[in-house]
Amino acid sequence: MPLDAKIPGGPLAEKWDRHRFESKLVNPANRRKYTVIVVGTGLAGASAASSLGELGYNVLSFCIHDSPRRAHSIAAQGGINAAKNYQNDGDSIQRLFYDTIKGGDYRSREANVYRLAQLSVNIIDQCVAQGVPFAREYGGLLDNRSFGGAQVSRTFYARGQTGQQLLLGAYQSMMRQVHRGTVTSLPNREMLDIVLVKGQARGIICRNLLTGAIERYAGHAVLVCTGGYGTAYYLSTNAVNSNVTAAWRAHKRGAYFANPCYTQIHPTCIPVSGTHQSKLTLMSESLRNDGRVWVPKKPDDKRRPEQIPETERDYYLERRYPSFGNLVPRDVASRNAKSVCDEGRGVGDSGLAVYLDFGDAIKRLGEDVIRMRYGNLFDMYKKITDEDPYRMPMRIFPAIHYTMGGLWVDYNLMSTIPGLHVLGEANFSDHGANRLGASALMQGLADGYFVIPYTLAHYLGSHSFPAVSTEDEAFREAESTVQARIDTLLTVKGSKTPRQLHRELGQLLWNEVGMARNDAGLRRTLERIPQLRDEFWQNVSVPGPKNNLNKNLEYAGRVADYLEFAEVLTLDALHRTESCGGHFREESQTPDGEALRDDEHFTYAAAWEFHGVGKPPMLHREPLAFEYVKPSQRSYK
Amino acid sequence: MRIHLKIWRQAGPNASGRLVDYTVEDVSPDMSFLEMLDVLNEGLIARGEDPVAFDSDCREGICGACGFLVDGVAHGPDPGTTVCQLHMRRFDNNDRLTLEPWRARAFPIIKDLVVDRSAFDRIIQAGGYTSINVGGAQDGNAILIPKPTAEKAMDSAACIACGACVAACKNASAALFTSAKLNHLGLLPQGQVERYTRAAAMVQRHDAEGFGSCSNEGECEAVCPKEISITNIARMNRDYFRAMLISRE
Repeated sequence: MPLDAKIPGGPLAEKWDRHRFESKLVNPANRRKYTVIVVGTGLAGASAASSLGELGYNVLSFCIHDSPRRAHSIAAQGGINAAKNYQNDGDSIQRLFYDTIKGGDYRSREANVYRLAQLSVNIIDQCVAQGVPFAREYGGLLDNRSFGGAQVSRTFYARGQTGQQLLLGAYQSMMRQVHRGTVTSLPNREMLDIVLVKGQARGIICRNLLTGAIERYAGHAVLVCTGGYGTAYYLSTNAVNSNVTAAWRAHKRGAYFANPCYTQIHPTCIPVSGTHQSKLTLMSESLRNDGRVWVPKKPDDKRRPEQIPETERDYYLERRYPSFGNLVPRDVASRNAKSVCDEGRGVGDSGLAVYLDFGDAIKRLGEDVIRMRYGNLFDMYKKITDEDPYRMPMRIFPAIHYTMGGLWVDYNLMSTIPGLHVLGEANFSDHGANRLGASALMQGLADGYFVIPYTLAHYLGSHSFPAVSTEDEAFREAESTVQARIDTLLTVKGSKTPRQLHRELGQLLWNEVGMARNDAGLRRTLERIPQLRDEFWQNVSVPGPKNNLNKNLEYAGRVADYLEFAEVLTLDALHRTESCGGHFREESQTPDGEALRDDEHFTYAAAWEFHGVGKPPMLHREPLAFEYVKPSQRSYK
Repeated sequence: MRIHLKIWRQAGPNASGRLVDYTVEDVSPDMSFLEMLDVLNEGLIARGEDPVAFDSDCREGICGACGFLVDGVAHGPDPGTTVCQLHMRRFDNNDRLTLEPWRARAFPIIKDLVVDRSAFDRIIQAGGYTSINVGGAQDGNAILIPKPTAEKAMDSAACIACGACVAACKNASAALFTSAKLNHLGLLPQGQVERYTRAAAMVQRHDAEGFGSCSNEGECEAVCPKEISITNIARMNRDYFRAMLISRE
């Protein structure tokens, strides 16, 4: 089947308007007859549930947390982009579009990105009306800052808690719909399968995490809004419960998985301190505005930072990228940190860190100014490391942060399964091979508030739906598959914990499918993953009850899915022999070590079709056409 | 270092619970408190025993999922800190610590250290929002908000709904939680239209959920990981009082 992205015709700037006009509508009186299943309550899921509830659909909202408000969107610090041009500094929809296409290293869809830039302005208005307490200037206007190396100030923020405040806005809107009776909130439930009837997504199977009961839910469409797969790497900045399970189970039922090798590694995280570590903590990249990154010039230099004189320090970003310096994009900063550590010049006990030094900035601006700008980040750093960044340089290291890949969707956010829509980080998104700072919140809310209400109406209005009951054979079959997998997990009774196996997988992926990848390493990984998976199913230990809260059982199920997913992640990285954005193949670099794209062979999205566990998936290509922006080599020299 | 723990174990909502002794060896001072519990659980799982259930997700102090009493103090001894951000360097070798779930009638225990906080969602459902639909919102800059007002609203909006305020209160009152949302919205122009109906609805829901009344002890403020101030409660009381007068007009 050829992949049809269903991009509307007409000039770029008119596509979305034209598409909305040409889309079918659902009569207000008929909307309550449609049940929409929304899985996940982050920015994408909560905004979708609330806006569909407002329109009058019957919405069932599911999340794995005890409350919809806890989804990991809440941890986003920096802000949200919008092409408002409030600062009169040359911003426009066209410029946000261009920056996003270029930032994504020319591996995203022009039409989607343009729509995202258009909708960005509506998001801010909507969130202000909800009462999101964005930062203000003294005159009462909204404040903006420049973020992630952008040359215009288009980022809106609420202290360092923008994600929290936007999520609470969406959550509160959703709670309002719960009060009105249009949305039913079903927390403490994990989607473990999707049910297809006559080829359409018509329901899901969930485990009630409190009672262990397997539950069936039927509807007319399913929206998967369950975030990314960063925790495949074990250590990441994701929450400890973040997982790929819902997306993966949908993939196993026929939804293609696109571009899994596009993983974003954030350069400014607190380094790993030991094997006990359960997650990594990100610090806003705004720190690089004033901090200078360096390592000793000599390898294995074990002196304390203050004992290393200026002449023996290598400010390697400033040296290699004189015009962008410490502000190069995330992928470039991360790769350079890795390469200096590979040379044996890393710092700290592990040798896996570089210094981010505020000494000069404190001398120049004074400690008070630095405290005002970064006080909360410095406090957080001190709390975790017990070191005072006002006195000695921070130690930082890159960590897995965001995943640009995800389930393939067309312009309507529908996957290759009719009726299954995928929103937010869970889809393969508008970010191409690399996401710019402050763009994830924008995409999640654009999908949920402003795209899905139109595209879902069109889907519902243009299809017929045979009556479906949760007693149908398809539901029975899906439930028994789910039940069998859980029973197997409980009966292995081996000697390794899910965490041990997850850590092994994560270490493997981080080393071979992390910041730099090569043919030999990827092939080794493809051999190792099935061995790990076999070991899991022969030797995992999952004690505790089946019919009660059992977090270890939930976790074991997620690790089992990662052990399947890791293969397509690695295979995608192996097949894409070019370097682009978050995907760096050592074989494809410029003479001075920068990422080298291969536009002739790889200007497409790679969408993988599942053919069975351990069997190679089939590759489908969606060619990417660049009609409005001409791909060029990114340069930050 | 070595840490001795007494942990509340309760198999389910209707089971009876008891304190069980555990010792965790090889605790690193760099571990967070929850990572120390991960180590304990790894040992239990390896021995085929049911691990200790506790909630956590982001592990950076923002999602509000985690929380239990450490020696009777919600989130443990560090002020302004969730238990996931509490580090073991705060403790000494061979310290003895007692871990218990939040204790409140409105927060029934689900298992071990996990409690049911869905009452918080129902308080928000009663009115913790502005009643506007998506679409047609006016330009964001059309609503001018003085910077100090926006900052104050943000102070209140920082609540993470962890439930520590309830656990610390001798009346098990959720006044701090409820008032934080009321003031976040009540301070902003966008929230004025429904300010008093919201105050009435949320306070009444709070009471109906079985939370106690506030008697101004200030324990909630002392344990709040986001350092939400009890002046929020004073403002809530004023708005609620006014709401009651308006409703009689």
